[in-house]
Amino acid sequence: MKKKKESKSRERRIDNVIAALKKDKLCVFAIIYLAVLIIVSLIAPLLPLDPTTTDVSNMQGGISAAHWFGTDELGRDYFARVIYGGRVSLLVGILAMLASASIGIAVGTIAGYCGGLVDAVLMRLVDVLSSIPWLILVTVVSLFMKRGIRSIILVIGLFTWMGTARLTRAETLSLKEREYIQYAKFMGVPMWNIILFHIIPSAFPTIIIVATTSIADAIMTESSLSFLGLGIVQPASSWGSLLQKSQSYLQSSIHMAVIPGVLIILTVFSFNKLGNLLRIYVEPRVSDGEQN
Amino acid sequence: MENRETPGQEDRQDIILKAVDLKKYFAVRNFLGTSKHYVKAVDGVNLEIARGECFGLVGESGCGKSTLGRTLIRMYEPTGGQILFDGDDITSKKKKEILPYHKRMQIIFQDPYSALDPHQNVREIMSEPLRMSNPSMSRQESNDKIMEILEKVGLQKDALEKYAYEFSGGQRQRIGIARALSVNPEFIMCDEPISALDVSIQAQVVNMLEDLQHEFGLTYLFVSHDLSMVRHISDRIGVMYLGNIVEIAQKDELYDNPLHPYTQALLSAIPIADPERAKASRRKTIEGDLPSPLNIPSGCRFHTRCPYATEQCRGEDPQLRDFDGHQVACHRAGEI
Repeated sequence: MKKKKESKSRERRIDNVIAALKKDKLCVFAIIYLAVLIIVSLIAPLLPLDPTTTDVSNMQGGISAAHWFGTDELGRDYFARVIYGGRVSLLVGILAMLASASIGIAVGTIAGYCGGLVDAVLMRLVDVLSSIPWLILVTVVSLFMKRGIRSIILVIGLFTWMGTARLTRAETLSLKEREYIQYAKFMGVPMWNIILFHIIPSAFPTIIIVATTSIADAIMTESSLSFLGLGIVQPASSWGSLLQKSQSYLQSSIHMAVIPGVLIILTVFSFNKLGNLLRIYVEPRVSDGEQN
Repeated sequence: MENRETPGQEDRQDIILKAVDLKKYFAVRNFLGTSKHYVKAVDGVNLEIARGECFGLVGESGCGKSTLGRTLIRMYEPTGGQILFDGDDITSKKKKEILPYHKRMQIIFQDPYSALDPHQNVREIMSEPLRMSNPSMSRQESNDKIMEILEKVGLQKDALEKYAYEFSGGQRQRIGIARALSVNPEFIMCDEPISALDVSIQAQVVNMLEDLQHEFGLTYLFVSHDLSMVRHISDRIGVMYLGNIVEIAQKDELYDNPLHPYTQALLSAIPIADPERAKASRRKTIEGDLPSPLNIPSGCRFHTRCPYATEQCRGEDPQLRDFDGHQVACHRAGEI
């Protein structure tokens, strides 16, 4: 009986999401795009793609049946490089977002909820970290780490959570004065439960927006790092590094810049749409039901 | 006439809640964070509430009614004084020790919109206090209990899985009341429970509160600024002005024979339905605004607006005096 009731509640949430999908066709596109992207990224090693073999007789070749996206300056198949670059970009974007959002949410809610000394200490830490020029900080830290995708994720995650922390703190400050949270406190609900079950769900719309934009930021950050020689090591590629590389060949082969650029934009857009759907699932108020 | 300095109600035996010189100040910090000023929201209140009664608390906006109520149930930490609940001093009980008392004294909020978490459905909203007050309760028991209480407050069974936003203001307030009732409290502080509601719903909710009081033998502290509604539901009424109670009496006594000039002015502000009578009655009005609780006037705190103020009123703070069970804090009570 209990199970039945819970699933009923979940069904209603899913209904809301389906209603939102019906209204917004771009949402459907975003979901399909992300699904295809993720599936292709996952099965890429099984596909007949070779991103590393060079072909000096066919450098910067145009679009053809053999090379869908043409070839790059060393004659490597650009389609394969884009697919493999997508693997890296997606992985960096999602994992770095998860890391930075978790740290930011934890710091923000604790600082906002506890107030006083805890708040002061945590927020000054945020101030200090945000006052150091970001690229210098990341550069110095990555010098001490082994180059590679793991350190990139770690570095981005550890040094980009300050904005999230500020926003969730502000949200928490206003939420903790609401009567339902005061009541929970009154009834002795422990701090962690209040934060997990009352504050974070209420702050979720803000968190979702920050998180989805930080995926985009992480993808771009990774490309800056790669450009500086601190990120992805050749011959591996990422969308960001492909974009950076293509700058030199803008006149001769513009598609080398356009393709990764468009893919980054579409991915960021789709993650934003996905975030919106997630918000509808978590926050039933914005559902179709209320408007009827 | 017998004058006593302290509010004596010795004939009432079963005092459920008693406040002695209760104070609640909010510090107002200046730019540098060195706290200098205090908002004296509750300033030396003496109060006794008997088991089973409904004590009405009236006063204009900002006089500290809600703060007093919330301090009494230890939702706010008192700055000074003493609170006795059922004979136990709960003034300085620690977080862990106070919880069993919070189960016995509950609160109904004014705003039914901010009182319920919009991200939870009714079952989740209701089961949280139940779980906190009785951790060993199984899910089935808790669900049964919730259904039982929901029925008591007049909500349908299908309400269980609905979210707060799907209800009207009146229904939300019923959920709030159900949540307070679910832990079997003895005392409920009703913090203006009807002022946010539609007039047509107000009567329903008040009547329901009355029925529930009789059914469960509850004690209410009913905070409101709706004088007619307070008269309807309360047994005794306290009038609050600027952080202090200036008059306490049985409801009919208070309405028929108000002794404090502030109460007189407050009561004469109730609209009279009969135009003939309205014309005949002289309306007492008070001038000026409520002084800032940051800077409470010396002596009687009402003297700045009182038409009868004397030199004594300006210098000396009047204490509650007892006139046959009708307590009033005014130097000139009886004369005016």
